[in-house]
Amino acid sequence: MAEKNTQYYVPEQSPWPFITAVALFLVALGAATFIQQNSGSGIVTNEGSSGSIILPLGLTLIVIMMFVWFRDTIKESLANMNSPQMDRSYRMGMLWFIFSEVMFFGAFFGALFYVRILAVPWLGGAGEEAMTHELLWPNFQAMWPLTQTPGGGTTEAMPAWGLPFLNTVLLVSSSITLTIAHHALVAGQRNKLLLNLFITLVLGFAFLFFQIEEYIHAYTELGLTLDAGIYGSTFFMLTGFHGMHVTIGATMLTIMFLRALKGNLTPDNHFAFEASAWYWHFVDVVWLFLFVCVYWL
Amino acid sequence: MGEHHGPMKGIKRWLYATNHKDIGAMYLWFSFIMFLTGGALAMVIRAELMYPGLQLVDPNFFNQMTTTHGLIMVFGAVMPGFVGLANYMVPLMIGAPDMALPRLNNWSFWILPFAFSLLIFSIIQSFLGIADAPNFGWTFYAPLSTKYGPASTDFFIFSVHMMGISSIMGAVNVIVTIFNLRAPGMTLMKMPLFVWTWLITAFLLIAVMPVLAGAVTMMLTDRHFGTSFFDAAGGGDPVLFQHVFWFFGHPEVYIMILPAFGIVSAIIPTFARKPLFGYASMVYATASIAFLSFVVWAHHMFTVGLPLAGNLFYMYMTMLIAVPTGVKVFNWVATMWRGSMSFEVPMLFAIAFVILFTIGGFSGLMLAITPVDQQYHDTYFVVAHFHYVLVSGAVFSIIAGVYYWLPKWTGRMYNIGLAKLHFWCSLIFVNLLFFPMHFVGLAGMPRRYSDYSLQFADFNWWISIGGFGFGLSQLILLWILIDVCFRKKGEAVSDQVWDGADGLEWTLPSPAPYHSFSTPPVVK
Ligand code: HEM
Ligand SMILES: [Cu+2]
Repeated sequence: MAEKNTQYYVPEQSPWPFITAVALFLVALGAATFIQQNSGSGIVTNEGSSGSIILPLGLTLIVIMMFVWFRDTIKESLANMNSPQMDRSYRMGMLWFIFSEVMFFGAFFGALFYVRILAVPWLGGAGEEAMTHELLWPNFQAMWPLTQTPGGGTTEAMPAWGLPFLNTVLLVSSSITLTIAHHALVAGQRNKLLLNLFITLVLGFAFLFFQIEEYIHAYTELGLTLDAGIYGSTFFMLTGFHGMHVTIGATMLTIMFLRALKGNLTPDNHFAFEASAWYWHFVDVVWLFLFVCVYWL
Repeated sequence: MGEHHGPMKGIKRWLYATNHKDIGAMYLWFSFIMFLTGGALAMVIRAELMYPGLQLVDPNFFNQMTTTHGLIMVFGAVMPGFVGLANYMVPLMIGAPDMALPRLNNWSFWILPFAFSLLIFSIIQSFLGIADAPNFGWTFYAPLSTKYGPASTDFFIFSVHMMGISSIMGAVNVIVTIFNLRAPGMTLMKMPLFVWTWLITAFLLIAVMPVLAGAVTMMLTDRHFGTSFFDAAGGGDPVLFQHVFWFFGHPEVYIMILPAFGIVSAIIPTFARKPLFGYASMVYATASIAFLSFVVWAHHMFTVGLPLAGNLFYMYMTMLIAVPTGVKVFNWVATMWRGSMSFEVPMLFAIAFVILFTIGGFSGLMLAITPVDQQYHDTYFVVAHFHYVLVSGAVFSIIAGVYYWLPKWTGRMYNIGLAKLHFWCSLIFVNLLFFPMHFVGLAGMPRRYSDYSLQFADFNWWISIGGFGFGLSQLILLWILIDVCFRKKGEAVSDQVWDGADGLEWTLPSPAPYHSFSTPPVVK
């Protein structure tokens, strides 16, 4: 900690965090209302359409707030107000945030392992829970993928070596091109940076395109749906949240691409680029686990 | 950037706050308001349970009271209370100007009032008889909270999501501040224990709050989108909910006690006028408690029918946690041993903490014994256990911390006579309230029921008296705070405030300047 420790930089007061909290409130309120009004699950009766107004309102406000809030930090960074210490704070903050995301996926992976290794075999009569099997579903046979549920629902499993494998190749290659782009940025090679970042984006969006294809295939041909029992639940929740994170990552990288075009990423000041890259690699690693545990084995 | 400007004027100072002391103060007031709100709900519970039979409320409403009381106290009172203390004190203790990410800090705070307004709105509706508030217990087990949860469950789910975001961002901020903003010379092993315990607490928060988010997300999709996570007919398992919840839940209870350890470790040396005994062992004990807290969660599930080997594993691991906890209690006692002790208000609360928390730890050990927990589980014995560790533990430590640092915050000494009255009332009533719960629990009185068998009647009458007494005693604290914060009463204090106090926070003027340390102090 040799540098610049004699003075600290503390940002001015800012209205954006508070308004972002309001926006988040609107999203929460709107989402709960919207789901009750539209899911058709029959679990609650809630007529009306207020949710479809509040939710988009909240989401829009969040996007606007992210824009102005990040604009402020970018301005500070361009005006060279950030000390190396501040830069380190941002970096550490991002890494710990990614760790929290890892734990979020951990919860769903944990659920997957639990049902595969324990719950489904128990329902099939294994271990000490034999009576559930005996009394409730004596004909149920444990298997994974669970294509026949105790309750009688049926579905087909998603094979690993078609689209999912193609998507693995796409995502892994995108991580490589992104690393090349990063090296180019550090070396000050603008064209190489732009080209590789662009390829990364193309690969990322291709991934999303094929994932949509895969979902359509699952719904229309395999009968594999969100409500097709625990196999469908874990399949769609894990790949769905992953896809959502790919979308967020791709959005971040798109913004980095635009900023690179404008030339405001420099070899020694590009924290936002690195943060987006870390995020992208994290999303990539999650996919590898998904491919192995959800599709393949 | 040495510009020494003050805060914005009026309400904007608070809405747009980026200052760690302003945000810390808001957290603490929020926590106190939630404490009184949750307390009011508890009064309804105790009023109903004062006599056997149903007299005031119907059982469904009673369930809504126990549920929302628990949720508000855990997520609204205890956690924000500790975050408030961290915001205020960590920068002062490590010689930083502020938190590392001040705008994020503002966001973390302001999410909370909105999150709780979602919950409190359902409670108001429930009082008005319009709709049910959550009624499935603070642990919201499936399928009570999925298939059978009332409409407010969905708002509850999103409110938990918001609390989670707030906690995670707050924790990220604390970790980054501690790792990155320490004054030169403040090595890790020189940090005050409050900073250490918060560092580890923040790690726990980042690790388990996302898992809670996962749990409520699965609830939401099970409720509305046909997934079968907690539904055996689709191949899922309601017990899965308990695993996911307690994987969060057990570390969560340590989130609510580790900062308390830090506060007590700051107060006892000051008033025993001796350095903390076994500083390094305190740090290692905190770290081992945090580590072990990830592998004991199923001690909450001894009766759901886990495989025998599982039950035994969790029993031994749980008992292992008592070792580092014992190290801590031993060190506090050793710090006081032959010290030149004086009994100012913070010290009174700290000593009460050591004794009463230990009682809670012992009942925890009893609960950890799998075979006997078959009988204790879901009785008032469990209620007694966790109220000893949470009320006379966590809450007492927050109050102790407030009495300890309040003169530093305001520059004035509060009314000591009233504060002592507050202490003695709280001490007597908290024991009247929670100690007999051990007896009725061991005798088999189940928790979370609005009625009970006649043989429990006398004890319950006393418990209710204790409850009302404890609740009313907290109004003394409310008055003390109003008096010193808003009526600006009380004598001015010195920088050091307490003659035995040691640490960077006591080198600053009382009250501390707006930007705490604008140039870092050097720590030798
Ligand atoms: C010596 C350390 C501790 C041990 C061995 C221990 C053990 C246990 C056990 C075995 C249970 C489950 C009882 C049952 O449901 O049958 C339990 C419940 C509980 N403990 Fe502890 N505990 C300890 C410390 C703490 C601390 C420090 C806190 C919080 C500050 C805490 C909070 C709770 C809570 C809230 C519950 C009840 C949860 C519920 O079912 O609502 N415990 N404890
Ligand atoms: Cu526990």
